[in-house]
Amino acid sequence: MQPSSEHLCILIADDSASDRYLLSTIVSRQGHEVLCAANGAEAVAAFEKHRPHLILMDALMPVMDGFDAARRIKQLAGEALVPIIFLTSLTEGEALARCLDAGGDDFIAKPYNHVVLTAKIKAMNRLRLLQETVLQQRDLISRHHEYLLNEQRVAKEVFDQVAHSGCLNASNIRYLQSPYALFNGDLLLATYTPAGHMHMLLGDFTGHGLPAAVGAMPLAEVFYGMTAKGFGLAETLREMNAKLKRILPVDMFCCATLLCVNFKQRQVEVWNGGLPDGYLLSAATGERTALVSRHLPLGVLDSSSFDDKTEVYPFACNDRIFLLSDGVVDTSNRQEELFGVQRLHEVFAANREPHLLIGEIQQALTEFGGQARDDVSMVEILAVEAPDPGTQGVIYSDSGTSTPLDWSATFEFRGSTIRRFNPLPYLLQLLLEVHGLRPQSGALYSVLTELYSNALEHGVLGLDSSLKNDAVGFARYYQLRAERLANLCDGFIRVHVQVVPVGEGGLLTLQVEDSGPGFNVDTILALPPVVDELYGRGLALVRELSEQATWSADGRTACVEFAWG
Amino acid sequence: MSVTSELSPDGQQLTIFVSGRFDFASHQDFRAAYEGLGSEQRYVVDLRGTHYLDSSALGMLLLLRDHAGGERARIRLVNCTADVITILTISNFSKLFQIG
Repeated sequence: MQPSSEHLCILIADDSASDRYLLSTIVSRQGHEVLCAANGAEAVAAFEKHRPHLILMDALMPVMDGFDAARRIKQLAGEALVPIIFLTSLTEGEALARCLDAGGDDFIAKPYNHVVLTAKIKAMNRLRLLQETVLQQRDLISRHHEYLLNEQRVAKEVFDQVAHSGCLNASNIRYLQSPYALFNGDLLLATYTPAGHMHMLLGDFTGHGLPAAVGAMPLAEVFYGMTAKGFGLAETLREMNAKLKRILPVDMFCCATLLCVNFKQRQVEVWNGGLPDGYLLSAATGERTALVSRHLPLGVLDSSSFDDKTEVYPFACNDRIFLLSDGVVDTSNRQEELFGVQRLHEVFAANREPHLLIGEIQQALTEFGGQARDDVSMVEILAVEAPDPGTQGVIYSDSGTSTPLDWSATFEFRGSTIRRFNPLPYLLQLLLEVHGLRPQSGALYSVLTELYSNALEHGVLGLDSSLKNDAVGFARYYQLRAERLANLCDGFIRVHVQVVPVGEGGLLTLQVEDSGPGFNVDTILALPPVVDELYGRGLALVRELSEQATWSADGRTACVEFAWG
Repeated sequence: MSVTSELSPDGQQLTIFVSGRFDFASHQDFRAAYEGLGSEQRYVVDLRGTHYLDSSALGMLLLLRDHAGGERARIRLVNCTADVITILTISNFSKLFQIG
């Protein structure tokens, strides 16, 4: 078809030679090219061969009438608009209606008025061009959409390589997330720390589409990288905030909740910046503790004003934590009502089978008449005795010929350093240069962490763990910890490391000493093992995981050994 | 959604009124409302007519804060409805803006 709007190719189908001649003359004078057919069959053949832009069709013709021909031509034309103007001496309404029913777009009565005919041709051509434009744009949009989907698919593959699924497939995690949640800015990450705790992040970037997805990548890298190295929530949060603040434009940020689940100590550490309340669901009492947003989202504040303060809660066996993105409570129905927190609480209250909770919330959203949103993310973690084994081991690439086997070192971390700095990841990195210790890195890190936090909390900060004997005291304990740490000036923690070769293997001796008043070793170690208390697991853990665990008589120095070979 | 603004007679305070949904659709208008002014002025965002505010609106408030001098910005969010207060509370924007 020629794209010209003024000079069209027009087919005239009329069995009367004189009428054909008359019409041809009028039409060609307007500068259009003219094709002629003497009946419907010829008209269809001419259409197939020449694809004219517009057809003037007599209604009554021999061989094939105009109605039949119009139907066939419309079918052949497909989506393109080929206007058919019926030429007719018929005057009754029914006959005229038949012309339109057959696919005609207009009609003109004989005898022809050439002014009207010209006007109709012009009007029909406008429609034809409009249709052409619409089709072009539709095709363009659908092509772009295809490109977009393909780009998203590729981007997601790249992202999955960086962010992988961590330990989201662990048996104590359930979650619901659209496979393309990334492009709604939702992000769910989980992985184990070297000590076997679980770190989890549920994040929600501002905005949608590619901009929302872009920030997810560096965030995932920091999360996995720092967790694997043994950094705690506070350091990881600071780094994530600093990174997002640096790379994101002012109006972009990431609402997020971070968790550190310590299965052995049965407690969970929480930081929520900008996400809706998460919940800690107690198995024993059915009580729901809200994990409230106390912070600005990540990427808003400068490092100097960023607050990495976390909260710690007891997390007994079979307790659960439930986190959700704002897509859940912000789902709206046709009346533009929001699902809201109240309805969410009703679902919680009606829940009988804990493992069905996520499904029940989903169902409630559907029944509410919420338009399906794909930025609804939910995740639930169950407190279990021990997390899945087989936390992915680190792959070491060095040969082992330069492993340091005979050395010792002493570190002293003083008040102002302890306040903000966590030396454990660095100590662990150093110790893991000793190849023989690598298979025990989990136990080593757990023990080191326990001894360090004992030295810090009970020694340097003088906190009494029996404060933690109920939920209120538990909260009080961690509040005091934060306060005393923030004001810490004096005090120290000394870590003495000694590695000696023994036969084919070797022995690590680790001493952790603090500046606190010490404790009565005999009394504490003689306590019966705890079962359901909220505190008192630390020392038992140390004794279980290391070969030799002893305390100096004044209770200020702990000494453990790890042997290999 | 509509955004209107009003400069105080002494030229020292700009009040921006946002009504309806405060979301990405308001982006251009919201920005245009303050763009001609600098960080010397005080800003008030009047949300009496705003029944919904999404995270991109929070982003726009951060842009205004940046424009108005970041840490030194003097911005008040006034006449917030209960729903808007909820959203501002969850995101802890009260740490950056004076609310009320």
